[in-house]
Amino acid sequence: MSNISNTHERAGGNLTAQALREGFFAGLVSLGLFVLFVGLETTQNIRNELVLNQRWGLLAIFVIVAAVGRFLSVAYLRPWLAARKAAAAAKPAEGEESFFKRNFSKIAIVALIFYPPIMVMLFGVQGSLKWVDNFGIQILIYVMLAWGLNIVVGLAGLLDLGYVAFYAVGAYSYALLSQQFGFSFWILLPLAGILAAFWGMILGFPVLRLKGDYLAIVTLAFGEIIRLVLINWTEVTRGTFGVSGIPKASVFGIWSFDVSAPNNFAKAFDLPMSSAYYKIFLFYLILALALLTAYVTIRLRRMPIGRAWEALREDEIACRSLGINTVTTKLTAFSIGAMFGGFAGSFFAVRQGFVSPESFVFLESAIILAIVVLGGMGSLVGIAVAAAVMVGGTELLREMTFLKQIFGPDFTPELYRMLIFGLAMVTVMVWKPRGFVGSREPTAFLRERKAVSGNFTKEGHG
Amino acid sequence: MSDTLLSVQGVQTYYGNIRALAGVDVEVKKGEIVSLIGANGAGKSTLMMTICGSPQARTGTVTFDGEDITRLPTHLIARRRIAQSPEGRRIFPRMTVYENLQMGASLDNLKYFNEDVEKIFTLFPRLKERQSQRGGTLSGGEQQMLSIGRALMARPKLLLLDEPSLGLAPLIVKGIFDAIKKLNQNEGLTVFLVEQNAFAALKLSDRAYVMVNGQVTMSGSGKELLANPEVRAAYLEGGRH
Repeated sequence: MSNISNTHERAGGNLTAQALREGFFAGLVSLGLFVLFVGLETTQNIRNELVLNQRWGLLAIFVIVAAVGRFLSVAYLRPWLAARKAAAAAKPAEGEESFFKRNFSKIAIVALIFYPPIMVMLFGVQGSLKWVDNFGIQILIYVMLAWGLNIVVGLAGLLDLGYVAFYAVGAYSYALLSQQFGFSFWILLPLAGILAAFWGMILGFPVLRLKGDYLAIVTLAFGEIIRLVLINWTEVTRGTFGVSGIPKASVFGIWSFDVSAPNNFAKAFDLPMSSAYYKIFLFYLILALALLTAYVTIRLRRMPIGRAWEALREDEIACRSLGINTVTTKLTAFSIGAMFGGFAGSFFAVRQGFVSPESFVFLESAIILAIVVLGGMGSLVGIAVAAAVMVGGTELLREMTFLKQIFGPDFTPELYRMLIFGLAMVTVMVWKPRGFVGSREPTAFLRERKAVSGNFTKEGHG
Repeated sequence: MSDTLLSVQGVQTYYGNIRALAGVDVEVKKGEIVSLIGANGAGKSTLMMTICGSPQARTGTVTFDGEDITRLPTHLIARRRIAQSPEGRRIFPRMTVYENLQMGASLDNLKYFNEDVEKIFTLFPRLKERQSQRGGTLSGGEQQMLSIGRALMARPKLLLLDEPSLGLAPLIVKGIFDAIKKLNQNEGLTVFLVEQNAFAALKLSDRAYVMVNGQVTMSGSGKELLANPEVRAAYLEGGRH
């Protein structure tokens, strides 16, 4: 007994000594690295002379952070992780997943349905605006876009860096057609989807023979072409000024959200005038659209075309030798993915009331693709979680005004958005290289369903 | 037994400007096992791929069941029920064994699926044990079984096998060749086989062709070729000199 505790103590002592040593060296290395970069600063004084500023305090902070960080990592973080790993390995394989885990998607859908009323109860009608619009709708748009792109990238395995082009086609279709011809949202929603799908086909044809990196470059160019056309075709699109005053959607034409309209929603129900009702309506609209995307994806995966998409992602030559027409398979993937982008685009136009080419830059494509990859290609739940974390996280940054008290009034947390975004992406890819949900649910099975773990095979190669 | 199922006549295939097949004539009759042996780079796999239309023959014709299929795209050739187990197996690694088999049956839209899948599980019991496992986690031999099983799901008139013994232990190769023999005898399946493992292939086959530098140099029954001193020297005892 005493023996065991002795070895433990000795191991603990060794560990602390090792951590101290490694911390010391980490401090030494960072001192060497930063002494010239951080410790000394060259500036010009008022007479335009070069002055050497000494910033030993800042240098000390850098070195201490490195040394202490290394010490903590070696002494506490790593043993803790190792213990956790050992505990997980020692625990017998769980037969049943927890109730929450099994029904996660159902619980999430119910929670989303009750989200606006709860927000109204908590923050009042006017106060709920921020939570429903900035968080709810914003995240759901990205969920829908990422689910749409997932058909192209996650299922069919066609790397598309220009997905935002279809989003733009959908948005401008609604914006221009509703202004020129006065069509309502409910007519233009399917039309925008069809137009975007048509553009998806147009993109699909020339790139049929391309794969991987080459395909990615061409789709990237396609996204830029659409944006540049929107900027330069000023007679139709009004260029960089964008299209404003886009009509609002109505509840299937029964109630309107125009203040002056006789069938105004608030008037019809004797409610005080507020823009919150429109936002809540939009929330349910995008929720329905997103769920439609998910439903169609789930259904398609079990149909021959969905199976063909997945097989295409795995091995194109094998597909052809099994009698699958790879041309139509690719084109349907592009056009169906684009169609959902178009739906989301027309929703975006109706929500903003204003569209300009600035909303459809490459960064948007990159964010949508990042969400798909982080979520785990092909997994709807994983992608939804990734969208909530990524988009919700950046929105949350705007709320962190208390940071101003720490870093001074000039500090704007939003500016660090991309930095944190990048950091988060690196972290997720280190810890979960296949995304949040890396396993793929088989669509066919004889007796019981078993999730197939992604850990054993390499991506896409046998 | 004597009617021709597949006939390749004067086929020349090029990769760019390089001629891989220099006028090949091959014939496969219904119910036969025909094998094609030859050294690396002789053009065996190219002939196999040319039959499947990828790449297409520049000159000459490929006729299947009386129809000229030389210029058809690959997927339409496959729909004429020429099933292929391609070189390197090319199973779908992230899909389960069961789903892989499902992909093979996509021609008939799963009409005969349950019946056929049972047949393949009796032929290769290992696949039944592994049915909900990812294709990529299977061993090489199991992947080869899956590749053949997937091809059989299409209910082929002609089965093309490209090096089924590639990288497999002799015992497993024997198992797979026995299964091919069984299919041929019990169901009259026509098989066209490309092999490096000349001894096993010739023993299995009714007839065989020997290919050198993009041309067929010898043909005959499996037994004849096994006894032929040139073949023996070049392909069977090559390692023993």
